[in-house]
Amino acid sequence: MAKKTIAYIDAIREALREEMARDPKVIIMGEDVGLGQGAFTVTKGLYQEFGKDRVIDTPISEESIIGACVGLAMAGFRPVAEIMFNPFMALVMDPLINHAACYRYVSGGQVKVPMVIRTLVCQGRGAGHDHAPFYASWFMHIPCLRVIVPSTPYDAKGLLKTAIRDDYPCIFYEHIDFYPRKPNLGEIPEEEYLIPFGEADIKREGSDVTVVAILTGVKASLSAAEKLEKEEGISVEVIDPRTLAPLDKQTILNSVKKTGRLVVVETDFKTAGVGAEIAAMVVEEALEYLDAPVKRVATKDIPISFTNEKYILPDEQAIVKAVKELVLK
Amino acid sequence: MLEFKLLAMKKLNNYHPKSKVRVKNKNLIGGFNMEKEILIKIYQNIVLLRKLDEKLIELFTAGKLPGWIHPYVGQEAVVAGISPHVRKEDFFCATHRGRAFHVVKGTPLRSFVAELLGKKTGVNKGRAGEMHITNWEVYSTSSGIVGATFPMAVGFGLACKLEGGDRIVFCTFGDGASNRGTFHESLNMASVWKLPIVFICENNLYAQFTPSRLTTAVSDIAQRASAYNMPSKIVDGMDPIAVYEAVGEAVERARKREGPTLVECKTYRYHGHFYGDKWETYRSPEEVEAWKKRDPTVTFKERLLKEGVLTESLVKEIEGRIDSQIEDALKFAFESPEPSLEDIYEDL
Ligand SMILES: Cc1ncc(C[n+]2csc(CCOP(=O)(O)OP(=O)(O)O)c2C)c(N)n1
Ligand SMILES: [Mg+2]
Repeated sequence: MAKKTIAYIDAIREALREEMARDPKVIIMGEDVGLGQGAFTVTKGLYQEFGKDRVIDTPISEESIIGACVGLAMAGFRPVAEIMFNPFMALVMDPLINHAACYRYVSGGQVKVPMVIRTLVCQGRGAGHDHAPFYASWFMHIPCLRVIVPSTPYDAKGLLKTAIRDDYPCIFYEHIDFYPRKPNLGEIPEEEYLIPFGEADIKREGSDVTVVAILTGVKASLSAAEKLEKEEGISVEVIDPRTLAPLDKQTILNSVKKTGRLVVVETDFKTAGVGAEIAAMVVEEALEYLDAPVKRVATKDIPISFTNEKYILPDEQAIVKAVKELVLK
Repeated sequence: MLEFKLLAMKKLNNYHPKSKVRVKNKNLIGGFNMEKEILIKIYQNIVLLRKLDEKLIELFTAGKLPGWIHPYVGQEAVVAGISPHVRKEDFFCATHRGRAFHVVKGTPLRSFVAELLGKKTGVNKGRAGEMHITNWEVYSTSSGIVGATFPMAVGFGLACKLEGGDRIVFCTFGDGASNRGTFHESLNMASVWKLPIVFICENNLYAQFTPSRLTTAVSDIAQRASAYNMPSKIVDGMDPIAVYEAVGEAVERARKREGPTLVECKTYRYHGHFYGDKWETYRSPEEVEAWKKRDPTVTFKERLLKEGVLTESLVKEIEGRIDSQIEDALKFAFESPEPSLEDIYEDL
């Protein structure tokens, strides 16, 4: 298969473009997505290519943007909304949770609500408590929502295309660290491809400890794994679930059964976070294979300020420390 | 308080469509500039909605209806007045007080009543109940969250616009809902994008147990439309013809893709917010009685009898037919099975 190199941000735009060209029911909505090319230029050029009726510049009305997506989706369209910063999702909880997630089921299967919300995790930029946090566990908690956390250009494109075609509401997270082109190049096939939900990717094989990591945690875990191998002779397996809902439990369980140790790395807040759910799942289903307690590396439970991120966000050092504590105890 | 309400009612008389030009046309009848079939349809819907709610209240009181019930009794002229304008393919957003809308939109009585009783044969397999019915065969939906349907209506309106044609959206809501942020966000969107939506406010002067004057900066919800550069009209919601005419103009605008309109109908609910609340604590019996004097099941019937649209025997026939339809639906619903344990895993 012929391959090409692409940046993360371009992979996302390519997925949007291809799906819009394939299916006239795909509509983009959001603040500044059209004429303004997107707050971070993700949707650049789409307004010119598909017109103002399919790339819709909205007022600053988050709740109604997502509520309108619910209506569009019920009416047979496939809206892709942009919510500029992840914490703004707090404004869209009613249409998303009480409507988009539930209507298929409570209507007895009369309607489907296929829609995607793309939202940005803007950690590490001093963006403050209402722009910076990453909130994923909110949505893992809700039945019938999809939670998608791509960490590479390949995953971003393949998963976004799947999300647009999926018949359930999908939350699609993009991390600001992935937007600069140079450090975020990756290979993808020239031809069209899709990545199914619920299939984790084993980013590195290992035998002593399983590290389940998402978004920026993946890169950090891979580099921690290299260091641990070199300096301590510890063999780390790194698994990226890629979608948190549905979660590929089997790949995680198989790995833990092999290594007997688990560290979960994520940048949501620690309490009742992504790590809590994955740890509980493993304890529930594979306790007898665990040789050590489960460790969670996550953001400290403190509101993010524009100056405190360096103290509260987890980094490579925190991963190294957690692994050592488990393996060398 | 009573004084205030009576004053509001007096003001209402101004909304009566007093002297419309009467066209002499053999299809049109009496003092109405309307066809006989439409008048009868409106009357039938008023009777149906009243009888249905009375029956449901009876079941609820006897402990045979699961959940709650928000009676529509008193407000029937609004939905009945809208009903002749609604096509099957039009989208319809109802409210928590909205059972009536789904029936008028075309949901069969059997699956409708079965739904209220939580039965597997219900329109939503017994999962929705009185507040959450969605019947996508006729594009009607609702929400238990006050004000949640405004943005959904915007989505439906966008769909209508993108599809082309003359399909439109009806979005009904209460006076209380107009204090939600979604109302303001969505009316702005509807107006700026010229969406084919008819917003119909049923102003019954209360939101749950609180008189609107304590919570709402305007006494006419229609006034709010001007902030969104949207035309609006206020009508007497106890008069189905007034509703029919105002909504008709709004529907025409929407079908011609001239943009959204807000129609405010001044109306009243006779029962509590939900059946069995202590409404005496927040409104006076005199006020309720004063509104009941304008009851559409009486006043509209008399008007139609006087104009020769109805006869006593036709009234009897209509009532009898509706009674037996309701009886049939109830029988069907009571004989239907409840959802089983396996059923809960369907549609996931
Ligand atoms: C967002 C929200 N807040 C509160 C409620 C509880 N509630 C249900 S109906 C209602 C009153 C609504 O008043 P209005 O919109 O005037 O409609 P009406 O009941 O008069 O028909 C309230 C407060 C709710 N269901 N949703
Ligand atoms: Mg009200």
